[in-house]
Amino acid sequence: MSPILFWFFALLMLVFGAAVVVNRNPIASALNLVVSFLGLAALFMSLDAFFIGIIQVLVYAGAVMVLFLFIIMLLDLRAERLRKINWVASAGGVAVALALLVQIFYVIGHLTFSKQTFPPLARSEIDDVHNIGLLLFGNYNLPFQIIGVLVLVATIGAVLLSKRERR
Amino acid sequence: MNVFFITTSLLKIIGMIFVVILPMVSYAVYAERRVSALIQDRLGPNRVGPAGLFQPIADAAKFLFKEDFTPAQVNKFYYWLAPCLAMVPAITTIAVVPFGSTLLGVPMVIADINVGILYVFAISSLGVYGIVLAGWASNSKYPFLGGVRSSSQMISYELSLGLAVIPVFLLVGNLRLTNVVRYQIENGWMIAPFIGDWANLGKWLLAIPMITSFFVFTIAVFAETNRLPFDLPEAEQELAGGYHTEYSSMKFALFFLGEYAAMITGSAIIVTLFLGGWHLPLPSLHGGFHWLVVDGTAPGWRGVVGGLFNIATFFVKVAALLFMFMWVRWTLPRFRYDQLMRLGWLFFFEIALVNIFIVAGILAYFQF
Repeated sequence: MSPILFWFFALLMLVFGAAVVVNRNPIASALNLVVSFLGLAALFMSLDAFFIGIIQVLVYAGAVMVLFLFIIMLLDLRAERLRKINWVASAGGVAVALALLVQIFYVIGHLTFSKQTFPPLARSEIDDVHNIGLLLFGNYNLPFQIIGVLVLVATIGAVLLSKRERR
Repeated sequence: MNVFFITTSLLKIIGMIFVVILPMVSYAVYAERRVSALIQDRLGPNRVGPAGLFQPIADAAKFLFKEDFTPAQVNKFYYWLAPCLAMVPAITTIAVVPFGSTLLGVPMVIADINVGILYVFAISSLGVYGIVLAGWASNSKYPFLGGVRSSSQMISYELSLGLAVIPVFLLVGNLRLTNVVRYQIENGWMIAPFIGDWANLGKWLLAIPMITSFFVFTIAVFAETNRLPFDLPEAEQELAGGYHTEYSSMKFALFFLGEYAAMITGSAIIVTLFLGGWHLPLPSLHGGFHWLVVDGTAPGWRGVVGGLFNIATFFVKVAALLFMFMWVRWTLPRFRYDQLMRLGWLFFFEIALVNIFIVAGILAYFQF
């Protein structure tokens, strides 16, 4: 993929990611997060991982954020907008983020293979969906089933909690 | 990535949007009015041009020159953004739909990606933002209720939509839409898998869940495109127009056209998944009776004619489905909101889920 596209989508992701934190309006934050997800999906697709990219859009941008938006809209937004900014907490957050950034730079800078160029990935003859399916139902069958049970339990729990008791 | 590829892709994109989809959208509105008139024993718009055929042009001119009024209390940025978000996903979805075989060796699909149907779901699930934002940004209670209704309706029916296509992919074993069409040419359309293999009991049994799947998918598309009998988000009698109450002129028209564009893409997806895509078998008596597969691979002018014939077949099928959408709209009354939700969660979801197991069982037992 052309480096211009990489920088474009990476920048898109970062700028809108920052806007999620900076924005005072929760709706605007949620929508900025959607754009950030779209940028991330584009980056996945640039690595030929179409499945992961599309799932990113489908699950996060299309389902999770719609639910978020749905909930946020039912809230009183004025209270959130009038709240004063806690400067100490904000400074602390920025400091933690900067510390993490410095650490990442340091670690990557000291890795030997971070400076060498790798050959491009070989194109698979089989669909990535097919590959993922084989791995999921072959090598990782047990964890996959356990996750299935976990999700089922969570679903039943959610239904039970939201069910109104009749008297 | 060469010049030829980029040129043909650009031509396909521009041709698809400006020559096919947008005129089709405006004439779908005209057709809707004429069909409704037919059903209600009226005449419908028949004054502008021959049989009223220039009515869409007159409508467009009216929409463009009307006063573009922005109410005072709206959230300006999102109020302007919402109509665009309503239109874009509906048009973008068409990129992966194969609307013909080949024409002069160029495949008639804009982007033949290996996760085709997931792309369709991903992009169409973004369509809800336009409606939700319109409802919220209008800062008015009826649009807001419309937006809330729309988002819960779309989330509910997306489940049955997604589950209803799984039987198709159990059969095809691939998410690429061109392969789905290819499979249907070789093994009979999805709603009639017994074609060409008449003596096979398994194929006849398979037809039952496949037809169920087709109906669940089609009804879910009705709900996703906010068409009657599921048009609760814009129910006039309850919500004074729903999410687009506060919109006027071209911004209103964009919502209106977005709905029709979504209908067209929805029909295109149904045709591709269940009704054989661009494939139409022609009977041939040349050397004994057999079915002829027409496509664009033949050399010379015959290939060109074949390719054009496939494209025409595809759009005729889409038009037939659009007619069905209109027919249903002017025949059935609207559901109540709790009925809509019950139908989605207690019937279609379960039917689609059980359907998957039935198809898997038949496939495992008969081993085709």
